[in-house]
Amino acid sequence: MPTTDELKQRIESALPGAQVQVQDLTGGGDHFRAEVVSERFTGLSPIEQHKLVYGVFGDEVGAAIHALSIKTSTP
Amino acid sequence: MEDTDIREFLDQAIKENEVMLFMKGTPEQPACGFSLRTSGALNALGVRYAALDVLPDPRIRQELSGLSGWPTIPQLFIGGELVGGCDIVMEMYEKGELAERLGADMPEDEDIEPAPAPGEMPVSNGPIPLENKLNR
Repeated sequence: MPTTDELKQRIESALPGAQVQVQDLTGGGDHFRAEVVSERFTGLSPIEQHKLVYGVFGDEVGAAIHALSIKTSTP
Repeated sequence: MEDTDIREFLDQAIKENEVMLFMKGTPEQPACGFSLRTSGALNALGVRYAALDVLPDPRIRQELSGLSGWPTIPQLFIGGELVGGCDIVMEMYEKGELAERLGADMPEDEDIEPAPAPGEMPVSNGPIPLENKLNR
């Protein structure tokens, strides 16, 4: 079962320099919310920004990670 | 029904419906909080939209994500283009961008209500019934 720290670290290593906050919404280890601030999002549409974050977890979203709510912004 | 038929059906639904929502459950009976909020935003704007429940067959979701490159449900398409899931749609709704995109007026009461009961659904607005041919 993934932890908030694990999710945070994986987003940070995929998007170097990003500021990442991850919350476990239900405490059950499967509904998360990630707030990500990264330079990488500059010039990208919201869809493209969220896909970058979803892309870190691949098939795990919808499986082990039942739900991942995302909020992205640039610094 | 073959997987390719499912994908073709989904592709067609996206192309044929100006506003197409894929969700868990139906606008009348959403089966997930994220789907409830997303269909609630469309209901609050009073726009017509087509909605398809992905739950009857796991392959619907699988093929839809393959098509859109988006892993989660709900997924909202406008004009054949993926606009986003719950987070993006709600953010756009709150900023008034969704109303603008759909040519709708922002409601004065900004609280999003759950979908009305089927009997209360306005005739000219609300979901367009889309026959779920995938449930076979």
